[in-house]
Amino acid sequence: MSDPPSLGRDDVAHVARLARLSLSEEELDMFTDQLARVIDHARDVSSLDVGGVPPTAHPLPVRNVLRSDDPCPGLDRGEVLAAAPDVEDGRFKVPRIVGEAP
Amino acid sequence: MTPASDESALALAEAVRGGERTARSAVDAALEAIAGRDPELHAFLHVAADEARASADLVDETVRTGMDPGPLAGVPIALKDNLCTRGIPTTCASRILEGWRPPYDATVVRRLRDAGAVVVGKTNLDEFAMGSSTENSCAGPTHHPLDPSRVPGGSSGGSAAAVAAALVPLGLGSDTGGSVRQPAALCGVVGMKPTYGVVSRYGLVAFASSLDQIGPFARSVADAALLLEVIAGHDPMDSTSLDRPAPKAGRSLEAGVDGLRVGVCDELVDDTAPDVCRRVREAAEDLAKAGALVEEVSVPEIRLGLSAYYLIAPAEASSNLARYDGVRYGLRVDAPDVSAMNTATRTAGFGPEVKRRIMLGTYALSAGYYDAYYGKAQRVRTLLIRAFDRVYEHLDVLLGATAPTTAFAIGERVADPLTMYMSDVCTIPSNLSGHPAMSVPFGVGDDGLPVGVQVLAPALCEERMFQVAAALERAAAARAGATDKEGAR
Repeated sequence: MSDPPSLGRDDVAHVARLARLSLSEEELDMFTDQLARVIDHARDVSSLDVGGVPPTAHPLPVRNVLRSDDPCPGLDRGEVLAAAPDVEDGRFKVPRIVGEAP
Repeated sequence: MTPASDESALALAEAVRGGERTARSAVDAALEAIAGRDPELHAFLHVAADEARASADLVDETVRTGMDPGPLAGVPIALKDNLCTRGIPTTCASRILEGWRPPYDATVVRRLRDAGAVVVGKTNLDEFAMGSSTENSCAGPTHHPLDPSRVPGGSSGGSAAAVAAALVPLGLGSDTGGSVRQPAALCGVVGMKPTYGVVSRYGLVAFASSLDQIGPFARSVADAALLLEVIAGHDPMDSTSLDRPAPKAGRSLEAGVDGLRVGVCDELVDDTAPDVCRRVREAAEDLAKAGALVEEVSVPEIRLGLSAYYLIAPAEASSNLARYDGVRYGLRVDAPDVSAMNTATRTAGFGPEVKRRIMLGTYALSAGYYDAYYGKAQRVRTLLIRAFDRVYEHLDVLLGATAPTTAFAIGERVADPLTMYMSDVCTIPSNLSGHPAMSVPFGVGDDGLPVGVQVLAPALCEERMFQVAAALERAAAARAGATDKEGAR
């Protein structure tokens, strides 16, 4: 497999959009430079042929983890809602969703 | 400035249990020390004085009624501010969580309270534990207790500095790529990362879930062992928690190292500064003199650790930090629709390092690049685990440096993220493999600042690791004693 291309300004703009971050032009330049250097450093990994090696997602895999199905109290609703920026009728309140700009 | 007390947590708890000292006096002394020294250090983001005094009074009441107040009775402890404390602010040093008071305690916090420990405050960190210097904090940096122009290391720099300055005997941090061990080394205290799954992560604000572990800070190996024994053990609230008893970390501290097989790991020594390297060699010599069978060993896969880590950790972070959307807790920046509100909130709430990691992680996981970056990094993780398994067939522990240099200057590495990331090069491998590792102070560098020697052990071999750490602690004390005598002549 050939090396993936280096990371450019358009890539950073794209991932910023996906991650719901808005960047100024200056930030876009700075982050592109910094992130490209990290990605370039990662070539020692991205250029390896490790096709026959299984991936590790967790270092010490534990399987079929179940806890006993005993009813127990959850978090207090009032206490949870007290931490929210905006609430109404015991629910989280957010700005307009329907009809929002694409 | 007089410290609260150089007294060990073990001695203090013993005195409180025996009724010779009150928890209240110990906590008042810690609060006084914090008030005196912390304006200069900035180790704390929040001091919970009223809650601490009330908890201390409860411990004293328990002693008076003849009941067991627990193994940490009356011991003041500082918690990294990414551990949830019910009703006490938990900010992760991020604007996005400013003022948030969690509705529950982390499992480790509950266990500490049950053991009689008293939480005195929440300590500074790099925002969401992302950093190696505690400079990426929305509240400003923590200063090194021995030299205010230097960093204490990070990300758990506040807890490390608070313990090193003797404001408290014990602290907790979290270690995702070295965030307990590296500041412990830089500040000259003991810091350890348990085997993944030994300590519950319930109530630890998630950074990289497959790497994060909570670990203790202390001024002695015995105190660190005691704290680990209190916080470890199975927790049904964390599905990655191992269903087995807590390690007996303090059981073999006096056993010595006669006959133990120790490998000095080339990759954890070669690229470190000459003064740091010298201390590691001296530590190995001292273990050999104490009867250990010491040899040099190479684990070349370690060199891939840094790159693999800076793909895996940001990938998991980008997913974990998606929850900060301005809906359920923390900051909200108003906007006419929900999507614009999400973007405005996250843009204003996260600092530059967190944004870098989120974008790096989003990139590593994105269509077209997933296999080349995240997928390969996960396979490299397998290679590293296999390599460790191979050397542990004939070795009991590995030895190396904890950090490549002593404490560096504030501002020195902030403009260059990759150089900052290199600070973690010796600690990252144990997070990727899930193995335990700890840092023990071992002399000083050419600048007179502390050096940490790192002990690495196979999964669930905490007891053996602490046994070697205790031997190193005795060797370091013997060397310091010899130097003092020379100086006196």
